Amino acid sequence: MTDSKYFTTTKKGEIFELKAELNSDKKEKKKEAVKKVIASMTVGKDVSALFPDVVNCMQTDNLELKKLVYLYLMNYAKSQPDMAIMAVNTFVKDCEDPNPLIRALAVRTMGCIRVDKITEYLCEPLRKCLKDEDPYVRKTAAVCVAKLHDINAQLVEDQGFLDTLKDLISDSNPMVVANAVAALSEIAESHPNSNLLDLNPQTINKLLTALNECTEWGQIFILDCLANYTPRDDRESQSICERVTPRLSHANSAVVLSAVKVLMKFMEMLPKDLDYYGTLLKKLAPPLVTLLSAEPELQYVALRNINLIVQRRPEILKHEMKVFFVKYNDPIYVKLEKLDIMIRLASQANIAQVLAELKEYATEVDVDFVRKAVRAIGRCAIKVEQSAERCVSTLLDLIQTKVNYVVQEAIVVIKDIFRKYPNKYESVIATLCENLDSLDEPEARAAMIWIVGEYAERIDNADELLESFLEGFHDESTQVQLQLLTAIVKLFLKKPTETQELVQQVLSLATQDSDNPDLRDRGYIYWRLLSTDPVAAKEVVLAEKPLISEETDLIEPTLLEELICHIGTLASVYHKPPSAFVEGSRGVQHKRLPGSAGSGESVESPDTGSAAGASDAPPAVIPSQGDLLGDLLNLDLTPPATTGPPPPATSGLQLGAMDLLGGGLDSLMGDESEPPPIPLRTDTPQSPQVLHQSPSPPDYSPTELGGDLGGSSAMGAGFGAPPPAAAAAPFSAPVSGGLDDLFDLGGGVGMPMGAYSPPKTVWLPAMKGKGLEISGTFARRAGVIQMEMTLTNKAMSVMTDFAIQFNRNSFGLAPAGPLQVLTPLSPNQSIEVALPLSTVGPVMKMDPLNNLQVAVKNNIDVFYFSCQYPISMLFVEDGKMERQVFLATWKDIPNDSEAQFQIADCRLSSDAASNKLQGSNIFTIAKRTVDGQDMLYQSTKLSNGIWVLAELRVQTGNPNFTVCLKCRAPEVAQCVFQSYEAVLKN
Amino acid sequence: MIGGLFIYNHKGEVLISRVYRDDIGRNAVDAFRVNVIHARQQVRSPVTNIARTSFFHVKRSNIWLAAVTKQNVNAAMVFEFLYKMCDVMTAYFGKISEENIKNNFVLIYELLDEILDFGYPQNSETGALKTFITQQGIKGQHQTKEEQSQITSQVTGQIGWRREGIKYRRNELFLDVLESVNLLMSPQGQVLSAHVSGRVVMKSYLSGMPECKFGMNDKIVIDKQGKGGASDDAGKSDLGGGSGKQSIAIDDCTFHQCVRLSKFDSERSISFIPPDGEYELMRYRTTKDIILPFRVIPLVREVGRTKLEVKVVIKSNFKPSLLAQKIEVRIPTPLNTSGVQVICMKGKAKYKASENAIVWKIKRMAGMKESQISAEIELLPTNDKKKWARPPISMNFEVPFAPSGLKVRYLKVFESKLNYSDHDVIKWVRYIGRSGIYETRC
Repeated sequence: MTDSKYFTTTKKGEIFELKAELNSDKKEKKKEAVKKVIASMTVGKDVSALFPDVVNCMQTDNLELKKLVYLYLMNYAKSQPDMAIMAVNTFVKDCEDPNPLIRALAVRTMGCIRVDKITEYLCEPLRKCLKDEDPYVRKTAAVCVAKLHDINAQLVEDQGFLDTLKDLISDSNPMVVANAVAALSEIAESHPNSNLLDLNPQTINKLLTALNECTEWGQIFILDCLANYTPRDDRESQSICERVTPRLSHANSAVVLSAVKVLMKFMEMLPKDLDYYGTLLKKLAPPLVTLLSAEPELQYVALRNINLIVQRRPEILKHEMKVFFVKYNDPIYVKLEKLDIMIRLASQANIAQVLAELKEYATEVDVDFVRKAVRAIGRCAIKVEQSAERCVSTLLDLIQTKVNYVVQEAIVVIKDIFRKYPNKYESVIATLCENLDSLDEPEARAAMIWIVGEYAERIDNADELLESFLEGFHDESTQVQLQLLTAIVKLFLKKPTETQELVQQVLSLATQDSDNPDLRDRGYIYWRLLSTDPVAAKEVVLAEKPLISEETDLIEPTLLEELICHIGTLASVYHKPPSAFVEGSRGVQHKRLPGSAGSGESVESPDTGSAAGASDAPPAVIPSQGDLLGDLLNLDLTPPATTGPPPPATSGLQLGAMDLLGGGLDSLMGDESEPPPIPLRTDTPQSPQVLHQSPSPPDYSPTELGGDLGGSSAMGAGFGAPPPAAAAAPFSAPVSGGLDDLFDLGGGVGMPMGAYSPPKTVWLPAMKGKGLEISGTFARRAGVIQMEMTLTNKAMSVMTDFAIQFNRNSFGLAPAGPLQVLTPLSPNQSIEVALPLSTVGPVMKMDPLNNLQVAVKNNIDVFYFSCQYPISMLFVEDGKMERQVFLATWKDIPNDSEAQFQIADCRLSSDAASNKLQGSNIFTIAKRTVDGQDMLYQSTKLSNGIWVLAELRVQTGNPNFTVCLKCRAPEVAQCVFQSYEAVLKN
Repeated sequence: MIGGLFIYNHKGEVLISRVYRDDIGRNAVDAFRVNVIHARQQVRSPVTNIARTSFFHVKRSNIWLAAVTKQNVNAAMVFEFLYKMCDVMTAYFGKISEENIKNNFVLIYELLDEILDFGYPQNSETGALKTFITQQGIKGQHQTKEEQSQITSQVTGQIGWRREGIKYRRNELFLDVLESVNLLMSPQGQVLSAHVSGRVVMKSYLSGMPECKFGMNDKIVIDKQGKGGASDDAGKSDLGGGSGKQSIAIDDCTFHQCVRLSKFDSERSISFIPPDGEYELMRYRTTKDIILPFRVIPLVREVGRTKLEVKVVIKSNFKPSLLAQKIEVRIPTPLNTSGVQVICMKGKAKYKASENAIVWKIKRMAGMKESQISAEIELLPTNDKKKWARPPISMNFEVPFAPSGLKVRYLKVFESKLNYSDHDVIKWVRYIGRSGIYETRC
């Protein structure tokens, strides 16, 4: 037995020699020659020239020789189809052989030869073999149908093999059943809509019976097939689970994982109050832990899956933290995965242990692992508040090691800790600053700069530190440049006197010497903001930042559901849907978990809810450090805390320019600035999440930013050349004709004909809506109140089944019809919807009065948000009062119900104003002019019959209007005034 | 499903290449070589995706086995199959080495043809395979019809792991309870994690198709019986005797496919028809009340920048009448070690520069004893800012008991068709506890 010699023949003329040997009379020599051919084939030599000679050896009694020839045929038949025909006769003959092993061998091999003519001859033998008396032949034939289907699907259907295959599911031999199931599952994948497998309770029962009897591999085929079935009710679901759970004790990890998949899926249908549900949860943990004592490769597969399972059902493994502790000799891929799961399982109960471990890991050798460990310490701080202090001190210890990458990683996470716990750990800044010079990675540099900028007032030499970075500004990565720009602007706003020069320097570097449009745009925004209104600039730039959330790197829920259906498979290892890595149509249909049973629960997403301590976490994410565009939005465009008009400018000189810029900026930022998140109380369990979430960066991808900021990129283009005046007077706004046009345009676009309707604002950011973004506005069109929304799907899966509902509100607004979203919303698609509203719904006074709480449901979840509607849309068309009635009413309403407001900065004549207001159903009844002051008497009527009377005073030449409002329900005055202002200013 | 299977030597030369699916092109063989075997970096994952083709690999000594696919296959199954493939090859020709693979490549192709059909794993039990893949091709022709159908029914049948008609003059069975005890201890002696993973390996030389029933001191079973009939139980638990522990809590166990899982699930009884010869009946894991055979007490002191003083005490913690063997303690030393002086009370200790460790070996040690080693380590001064990571002190040993406390209570054999009874079967039980990853941080 020294076959290795066949690998060594490499001399010239080899093929010729082999040919002679193949044709030798001696059987032994022939066999030797075929072995040599196969060896050559293995190492990649082309031995196809020997085809006829090898095929001639096929007719032999020697089974070993026959198998070798078959192997050769499978490799080369495709390249020599004509000669392959020579083999057909032998195959057909072998299919009739009395020895079942030979019959099976023939049919198995024939299926592997992808030559049309041979395939034709295959049909008859295959039909016989499918009904062979010997189970070994039948199980081979079953797989052969799948092979044939791969070559010629039509042929398989025409010949009726599918039905025969289906019959094999009821075969008496478990292995035949298993192979038939495997073949059918594969064929079904390429016919997503055919009901090939026809899973019904009867077949399921057959499969479950075979499950107890077939080989480990057969069990996997059957379990994977079962996972595609959706039971009719919770009872059926439970009975299948009961019969699948014994598989959790199988020695084969793949059987265990496939069983876990079936259980995870069917569990969704079980009512949570069922005893069995709890039992099942308990049964799942031990086998998952056992998987970690398998070989490292399997551990890796198991850990990737556990990562999914922990996200879906954290309660299963919450007590098993210790088994995920890293062992010194674990392969790196196992270590990294374990670390991931440790962070997910970290909780107040186990945090001390986890931290001690992480600290150990941070001293290991592998750089990636150490970095991840350091990062994990930061995550713990953010996740478990009680541990934050210990985490910070651990991180400081690590910084003291001076190991370069450890220090950098630590600084990056400390930045996040500062975000999460503002004004708590700033005492460490000094230590951080000591390490400034050693930072050479952009992420760490950016983080450090952010810290310096954010806490500039506490760092005495902040200006020097930042200045030191400025020297090599153009060599820095964009991330650092942007951060540096923002940090210096922050510094300037905090210490304006000493840092004028610095800020000028950075602004000109960013706007004039950079090719990067993002950097330029940000530079210009700051420039304008600073030059226009430093107070506003302060409010914008130094605005309070939204809190960052504690759970990180969560997989998007719909994807997670899909991946749960793929437990054990490659998809679960990659954490990607099959469509991301499988070519063609095969296996790309999306799988979903079945909806949960039980009455009231259908609305609630099934995973959360119950388990105490289970993180009911919102899918919000810590800003991933790479995402600076997100950072931009986050830091700088967060709306100022007050929603009122910006404080009036003091300098008359700058007024003109300011107006331009103000308008421009408003329209620029109009899309972005939404009202500050309003805490929402509803009686659903999800509502508290809403509180913490405000626009969080990662959901804004760079492309969206371009769209959202609309004008911004246009502006960048307009500024291609540095503004001429800029250098001379850095703080007066750069003025040029081009600019005026640009901003005029910006102002003009917002002006509607007819009733005023505010621009759309984002009501539900995608990250709160699990990928659904809703922006919208209200309008009154031809007497009908409409809620106009843009629904955008930013998730990875299709959204369907939209519905909407309002909470009770001040004016009884209610949808007049269902939400008309007829087609499913595919990923990255947007749809415009107009929802007509009626005013006959239930009434409850809200605060503010025009607040509206909305629930939108789709196939993923129910989402809650609140928005404010302009009260002007409630102004009805017949709101014009008779003069006499007006006079009488005006007198009748006591003076203390009168409210007076100023509308600043409105440059309209009284007539223009009157016209504009009329468009929004505010009717002018009379006009009087006294001492160059126009007094307009106006009336309007709300949809609920409340009359509002107004006196609008317009002084020629004075941009400030005065409005006096009288109403029997004085509460509405404020809202009405806001509408006045909105209408007049747009 | 699996699209192809390749075996490479350490240089990346193909030894075996078998393609099952049309979507796997010839370049796949090279893609794996270039991107994984010849990759500069250390392998970061056992699953690699190259141009929408996924490669699964395992390594045995310096041989690479790679399975390749373009579909969303069951990844766990692929790895299980690769391991199984290794088992089968080992059962046929011993160690997996380049030489053995080259010597047996025809056999390997034959096996691959049999155990993987169109990428679907088929029966891969060596017992069954050996009945018809024999490397004596002619034999197939001399089989009688009965023999042939016996083979096929065994390969496809419910009891694919055992053939009928086995006869022994002496019916005998051996049970080995092999445990590996794992420990991670903090320098202060706190147990960070400890578990035992155990295996019950059975060698059966039994005639016919014997029905076996295996019993151990599983807490759940004992408690259940305790409720049922206390009197009956008292006698039985003595049989297991010896240690004070009557029953143990098993966290989880998995069984050879011969065991009827549904019966275990419902009654927690382990019943099966065993394969002939040696096989692994079950694996189990325990974490509660583990007997830790040794305790390691480390003391590391840094004297200035160029010297380390290490003192390690080991204590044996089991009955004085028992003897532990093959004791080895590895004390890691820093990379910049220039010299080591060692003094130990017992056994031999050596500094091995190539392994960066002091290795202390003791042949035998009885229970309830202790021994100690002290060492002075001279260090070369370095500029390396990075601190020495202080890897844990690890230990190896073998003890003649089961650290989990597991006891075999019975193994009953029933063969109704042949005339031997449970009493006629000669049974042997042996317990061996070995160290798994037994580490103490210092």
